[in-house]
Amino acid sequence: MYTPHTDSEREEMLKVIGVPSIESLFEDVPAEYRFPTLNLPEPLSEMEVAAQLQELASINETTRDLICFLGAGAYNHYIPAAVDAILRRGEFYTAYTPYQPEVSQGTLQAIFEYQSLIANLTGMDASNASHYDGATATAEAAVLAYHHFRGKRTRFVVSPSVNPQYRAVLRTYLNGYENLEVIGDEDKNPFITAEELLPLVDSNTALVIVQYPDFFGRVQDLTDFAQQIHQSGALLAVVVNPLALALFKSPGEMGADIACGEGQPLGIPLSYGGPYLGIFATKKDYVRKMSGRLVGETTDKEGRRGYVLTLTAREQHIRREKATSNICTNQGLMALAATVYMSLLGKTGLRQVAELCYHKAHYTAQQINQIPGFEVDLKTPFFHEFVVKCPDSVEEINEYLLDNGILGGYDLGNDYPDLKNHMLLAVTEMNTREDIEILCEALKEYSHD
Amino acid sequence: MIEPTIYELSSPGRLGVPYPKPDVPLAELPQDLIRQDLPLPELSEMNVIRHFMHLSHVNYSIDSGFYPLGSCTMKYNPKINEEMARLPGFAYTHPLQPIETVQGNLALMYELQEFLKEITGFDAVTLQPAAGAQGEFTGVMIIRAYHQSRGDTKRTKILVPDSAHGTNPATSAMSGYEVVHIPSDSRGNVDIEALRSACDDTIAGLMLTNPNTLGLFEEQVIEVNRIVHDAGGLVYGDGANLNALLGIARPADLGFDIMHLNLHKTFSTPHGGGGPGSGPVAVKAAFKEFLPGPIVDVLEEGDEELPPVFGFYQPTQSIGRVKAFHGHFGMMVRAYTYISIHGAEGLRKVSEYAVLNANYLLARMRGTYKVPYDRICKHEFVVEGVWDDAPGIHALDIAKRLMDYNFHPPSNYFPLIVREALMIEPTETETKQTLDRFADAMLKIAEEAHQQPDLLREAPHSTPVGRMDEVKAAKELVLCCWLPEQVKN
Repeated sequence: MYTPHTDSEREEMLKVIGVPSIESLFEDVPAEYRFPTLNLPEPLSEMEVAAQLQELASINETTRDLICFLGAGAYNHYIPAAVDAILRRGEFYTAYTPYQPEVSQGTLQAIFEYQSLIANLTGMDASNASHYDGATATAEAAVLAYHHFRGKRTRFVVSPSVNPQYRAVLRTYLNGYENLEVIGDEDKNPFITAEELLPLVDSNTALVIVQYPDFFGRVQDLTDFAQQIHQSGALLAVVVNPLALALFKSPGEMGADIACGEGQPLGIPLSYGGPYLGIFATKKDYVRKMSGRLVGETTDKEGRRGYVLTLTAREQHIRREKATSNICTNQGLMALAATVYMSLLGKTGLRQVAELCYHKAHYTAQQINQIPGFEVDLKTPFFHEFVVKCPDSVEEINEYLLDNGILGGYDLGNDYPDLKNHMLLAVTEMNTREDIEILCEALKEYSHD
Repeated sequence: MIEPTIYELSSPGRLGVPYPKPDVPLAELPQDLIRQDLPLPELSEMNVIRHFMHLSHVNYSIDSGFYPLGSCTMKYNPKINEEMARLPGFAYTHPLQPIETVQGNLALMYELQEFLKEITGFDAVTLQPAAGAQGEFTGVMIIRAYHQSRGDTKRTKILVPDSAHGTNPATSAMSGYEVVHIPSDSRGNVDIEALRSACDDTIAGLMLTNPNTLGLFEEQVIEVNRIVHDAGGLVYGDGANLNALLGIARPADLGFDIMHLNLHKTFSTPHGGGGPGSGPVAVKAAFKEFLPGPIVDVLEEGDEELPPVFGFYQPTQSIGRVKAFHGHFGMMVRAYTYISIHGAEGLRKVSEYAVLNANYLLARMRGTYKVPYDRICKHEFVVEGVWDDAPGIHALDIAKRLMDYNFHPPSNYFPLIVREALMIEPTETETKQTLDRFADAMLKIAEEAHQQPDLLREAPHSTPVGRMDEVKAAKELVLCCWLPEQVKN
C-alpha cells in the first residue's frame, strides 16, 4: 500500500490540525451520502495482482503469437531495447508537464529535440510537442485552419482515403462550430485521386485534408495538387505515416501547410491502440495558431542555453474561453519514445526500416496477385500497405488465416460499403520471407478449398 | 554543464541499431517520389543512452522528491503498474484484432468500467477520451447532444464558477457555448444567489469542480445541482479533484449528471512529463446513448464453465468518436492494477490520507501564510504567496526558492480568485517527515522573504539553469535545431 502513515503519526497530525478523527475532516460532505459502501473486489497483494493480470494477458493472442499483417493505422514494428530503457527512467515518466523550467530541462530538451526531428522529417518549419494521436492531430489541423480564416471559410474538404476513424474524430471536433461543412469523402469511389477533390475546393474552403501514404497505402506526389489548392487560398493538411517520410518526399517539400499523423510507428508499442502519439507540424506562418504545447530555446540570466514552454499565451489556462484549444496535456512520454527511436536509428536506420517495409510489402503483393481469385493493384505506387481484392468475405478469409496462426488484414467493408471483399494488408520489417510464404500458402489453400 | 543536442552529438556514418538485410527480392523504387535528403542525426546506441541519461539527471520527478502541484495529484506511481502494462499479452496486441483474440483486454476494460461506475455511482462509462481536457470536451458535447435530441435549441450558455478547473472555459467555447462565470461566496462556495439569477432556459449546464480548485468541498452541492436541474440544465463534474472523494462520496449521488475522471491523477498512472493521460467519462443512464463508442460490453453471459464473451457496443445517439481506437489502453492496465490492489477499503484510505496530509500542511503553514478561505480543506489548499510587509516578493519567488530546498514548487497563480496563489496538493503517499520538511522550508522562506528578499528574487541558486528568459523565447521563437552543416531558417 502506498499510504505510509503509522498510527502514532496519524494521531500527531490530527492533533496539529485540531480535529479528533479523520472522519471529522469530512463533515462538509452531506451526511446521507457520506462514506458509501463501495462494492469492489477485496484488495489484493501485489503478488496476487501480478498473477491476475498475467492470467488476463495470457488469454490474448498477440502479434508475437500470430504472424501479423494487420495495420490500418497501427503498425507492428521492432522497438530497440534502448527505447524502453529510457522510458523506464523515473526521472522522465514520473515528472509533470515542465512548467518549471529550472527543474525540467530534461523533459524540455527532449521535447525540443522531438520537435526538431519531426520538423526535419516532415519538411516543415516547426512541430508542436505532440497531440493525443493521429486522429486528434488531424482534427486540430482543421481547428487551426478555422482560426486562421477567423471562421470566415466554412468548407473542409477531406479525401475518402483518409483513415475513417480520423474522419469521424474530425467531424466530432467540428460539431461544436456553427455552420461548417465537411465534404469530399461521400464519393462512391473511395479510390479517387487527390486531383478529383479539386472541383470541391472553392474560395470558401478553409482546408483540404489528404493522407500520404493514404489509408490504402498508396503514395501520390502532391506537389501540383498543393499548388492548385493554394490558388483558391485554402490550406493543405497532409496526414502522414512518419516512417514513410524516411523514404518518400516530405509534405513540406511538396508544399503542404500542415503535416499531421500518427507517430506510433516510431518506437511505440501497439498496446491495443494507445497511448500513441499525435504528430503536428506546420509552416512558419501558422506557428502562432498551432494549438498544443511548444518548447523554445532561450537562455537563463547567466546566458546559459536552456528551454522553456513558449507561446503559452495561446493556451487554455491563460486565454480561458478565447484559447485556440482546450488541450493541456501532450503525449510527453510517447514523444520521448519517438525521440529515442529516431535518435537510435538516425538518418540511415530510419531509411533502412522504411525500405525493408517497402520491399517486403511489394514482394507480398506480387505473390498474392498470382494466387487465383486474389487481385492487387501493382501499378499505383504504395509504401507498406495495399488493398487485396478477395474472392470471398474478408471475415471468412481472416478466420481461416487465424486458424493457421495468421492475423489477417483489415476488412475495408467495415468502413466502405463498396469495398466488401477487400482486405488491407500491412507488411513491415517484422515479417520474414517465411511469414510471407506462410500467408501466401494459406491464401492458396483457401482458394482451393 | 549544458548537454549538447542530439544534432550536435551527431557524426556522419554512425548507426545506433543495425537491422537485417532484406530477405526478399528488391522492388523498384518510384524515383520521382523518393526523398533525396533526410537531415536526421547519426549516433551510436551509447551516445543515445548517455545523452538521455544526462537529460534525466536535470529533471525533477516524483521518484526523486516531493511534488506538491495543486490539482495535479502527483502521487507515487507504483512500479507494478509499469510491469503490468508491459506484459507482452497486453503490449503486443493490435487494436483491430478480432475480438475473440483479445478477450483478456476486453475483460480488463469491462471490469475497469465497472470499477469506475461503482466508485463514482454513475451508470455507464466510456474509456475512450485521451486525457482530462478531452474528457471535458466529451462531457460538454454530450450536454449539447442531449439538448439537441430534445429539440431544445435555445440553450447557448454554460456556467463556470470562478473556482473551476482552468480548462473548463476553453472546453465550453470549443463546444460552441458562451461561457458565463459564476463568482464564489466568502466561504469559497458557488455564490448561490448569483447562480440562481444566471439560471434560466438558455443555460445548457454547469461545469462544477468539487472539491473546487480552492481545495474546498462545495458545501451546498446538492442545492447547486438542484438549481441547475430546475432550470433544465445538466451538471458536469470535473474529475480533476476526485482524489478527495474515493469512498467518501459518489458524485452521482450528489447530483452530477456527467463527469470525467483522470486516471493519471486519481488512479496513479504516471504523468510522463506531460502525458499520456487518460480521461474516461461517466454518465447517468439517461446519457448513456450519447457516449463516444465503441464501449466494451458483455455479448454473451458466461456460466460456470465458460467466461463471458466481451465485445463492443455502439451507443445509438453517440456524439461520435473523440479518438482513434479504444483510448489509452496502457493507462487502463495501470489504473486497473491500482484499483485491484486497493479495493474499497484501500481507496477510502487514499482519500482520507490525502485530506489528512493537506490539512496537516495547512495547519503548519497557517499564520505564516495567509489562507483566504480558511476552513477544513480536502486534498489541497490555496494560500497567498505575498505579504504586505515584504514588498516586491511574489508567489513566483517563493516557488523558485523552494527549488533550492529540493522541492518542486506548488501550482502558482491559480486559481485566479486568490491573490498570488500557491496551490498545494501533497497527496496521500507522502510521509509526515516529508510534509514537515516542506513546511519547515516554507516557514524558512517566509522568514527569508522578510529578511533577505534577494535570496528569493534571484532564486533558484542551485538548479542546473537559473530563471529563463521567457520573453526571448517567445520573441525569437527557436523551436527546433538542425544538423550543424545545414543552415536553415
